[in-house]
Amino acid sequence: MDIATDRGGPGTPLLSLDGLTKHFPIKGGLLGRTVATVRAVDGVAFEVIKGETLGIVGESGCGKSTTARLLMRLLDPDAGKMIFDGEAVGEPRASGLSLRDYRRQVQMVFQDSYASLNPRLPIEDSIAFAPIVHGLSREKANERAREILAAVGLAPAQFARRYPHELSGGQRQRVNIARALALQPRLIILDEPVSALDKSVEAQVLNLLVELKAQFGLTYVFISHDLNVVQFISDRVLVMYLGEVVELGPVDAIYDRPAHPYTRALLASRPSMDPAQRRTVPPLTGDPPNPVNPPSGCRFRTRCTHAEDICAKAKPRAVDIGAGHIAACHMADAGSGHSQAGALA
Amino acid sequence: MSAALKMDTPAPLVRVRDLNVTFMTRDRTVHAVNGMDMDLAAGEVLCILGESGSGKSVTLRALLRLLPKFARVSGSIEVAGRDVMAMNGNTLNDYRGGEAAMIFQEPMTALDPVFTVGRQIAEVVQRHEGASRAQADARALELLELVQIPSAKRRLAAYPHELSGGLRQRAMIAVALACRPKLLLADEPTTALDATVQIQVLLLLRELQQKLGMGVIFVTHDLGVAGEIADRVAVMYAGRVVEEGPIGPFMAGPLHPYPTGLLNSTVHGNMRGKVLTTIPGAPPSLATAPTTCSFSPRCGLAEAACDAGVPPMVEAGGGRRARCIKVAPG
Repeated sequence: MDIATDRGGPGTPLLSLDGLTKHFPIKGGLLGRTVATVRAVDGVAFEVIKGETLGIVGESGCGKSTTARLLMRLLDPDAGKMIFDGEAVGEPRASGLSLRDYRRQVQMVFQDSYASLNPRLPIEDSIAFAPIVHGLSREKANERAREILAAVGLAPAQFARRYPHELSGGQRQRVNIARALALQPRLIILDEPVSALDKSVEAQVLNLLVELKAQFGLTYVFISHDLNVVQFISDRVLVMYLGEVVELGPVDAIYDRPAHPYTRALLASRPSMDPAQRRTVPPLTGDPPNPVNPPSGCRFRTRCTHAEDICAKAKPRAVDIGAGHIAACHMADAGSGHSQAGALA
Repeated sequence: MSAALKMDTPAPLVRVRDLNVTFMTRDRTVHAVNGMDMDLAAGEVLCILGESGSGKSVTLRALLRLLPKFARVSGSIEVAGRDVMAMNGNTLNDYRGGEAAMIFQEPMTALDPVFTVGRQIAEVVQRHEGASRAQADARALELLELVQIPSAKRRLAAYPHELSGGLRQRAMIAVALACRPKLLLADEPTTALDATVQIQVLLLLRELQQKLGMGVIFVTHDLGVAGEIADRVAVMYAGRVVEEGPIGPFMAGPLHPYPTGLLNSTVHGNMRGKVLTTIPGAPPSLATAPTTCSFSPRCGLAEAACDAGVPPMVEAGGGRRARCIKVAPG
């Protein structure tokens, strides 16, 4: 098993997505016909730059976990292009990258640390499993598993032969990270990796992730609903709402100068941590709508205080408002016809 | 039922003394709560803060006598002057949902899927107040309006699965408030909600608590949530309160090393590029009841004296107290 190396050069994005779409049909009735469609991910486009951590935030139903599964190709997209370091993914015969080779370079860590490990395998075997599948001898694979266990802070002599149920939540998540690292991937997709952990353990795992990224030269896609955690770990942040990207930009731009009304509301919904400055009015009313029948035009317009006629008629364009800070809002687009158009640009 | 109930009498609404809860099964024993003392004044919001396994939810369930039969519970629990531990049969049923009510983390499992929301609220009113069906239905509508569910009349006939997460949680709050309880127990009621919905439910709870003058015990693991809703906070660790006091001074700087570590390890803005402070190790297993300071194995300040016995609660002044020998009495 050879180690995957850089091919396209530092200027090429590690992963580039365009028009990525995944709809889930809802079957119903006697004949099992499709009665509705969940538009989980609808025309999502973004790039993951080599060596960065891209944070993806959004509420339930916004499509962030579906995006993660599409990135890992656990789900096949209905439409859209995926290019990994200059090579199209999943087109084996042409010049593309086969899924097998792709998955060796892209690994994933899930939220539920227990459900994502085989309860009947000692953790060493779980970690060595993928390298063996990819052609390493059992002996070498076990050797690597032990090295990686040490790298994630679990002493191999003490932990290698333990089963998942013998570990705490934090230790199990370290095992999942070790398993993701076993193939020496270039990109790791972390889907809510610390959400199920207690705060003191969460900090330990976040520190570990930062450390490993530097040590192994990794690139992360970090998905979370926790805005504080995303701010801590990300270089760039992508905000999703009902299957679409509403805002994307460098972490400081998103947190200090959020452009999209949804991002502003999301940031304003964070508890203040200061009892003297409690909120009195919620930034948004209602729940996110059902992704089965998303609103026409701008999908956020039903909860937006700035909504006008144009918002129902036309889908907002993604506009660059400076230094790679992109917002999909008519108010950010000078020529959109919204009365406050260009106010943000 | 509003301001009139906010009495200035010193007798607390809830008084818990030396509460112990031990779960004993064939396989193992867990000492979940170990000598818990707690007071709640009428109209006060107390947050019990702790990580998983600290005993916070078990304490809450003990207050409503909801623990399973294999749990051994000892100590005294008084709510509104009544001995909860001595209640049984009808008295207990009158108490649950009457004087004290509870809201849970997951409304989808707490509500009954085969009855409409309106029926589930009306049922409580009929059972406790002996109201007629029509009176109870009218009261259900009032309650849905009280918890600010839009188009309440239509929602009365909705089943739980037809509501969004935020509306479902509001419906559960309506069930709990149906008989104007003096004490509302809330077990992580906003943890399963989205950020923009969580803040709505927190503000609603705060508003209802003030309007109805209820005492609220709110269990959470989230410091931010406590900061948003609590008057007073009690931090639990290994089945004991390790620090207690008004929320303002607590958030500005805890006394006990455990909440100090918790506050420092909580990620918030402007920590990018820094190594997060962590609390090393993990909480004790509680297979045996702790006989020393439970936090000392993880504590940077620990010394031999910490293992001489369970540290006493030290009064530090200003209504603050902590179970640590390093805290100076005030």
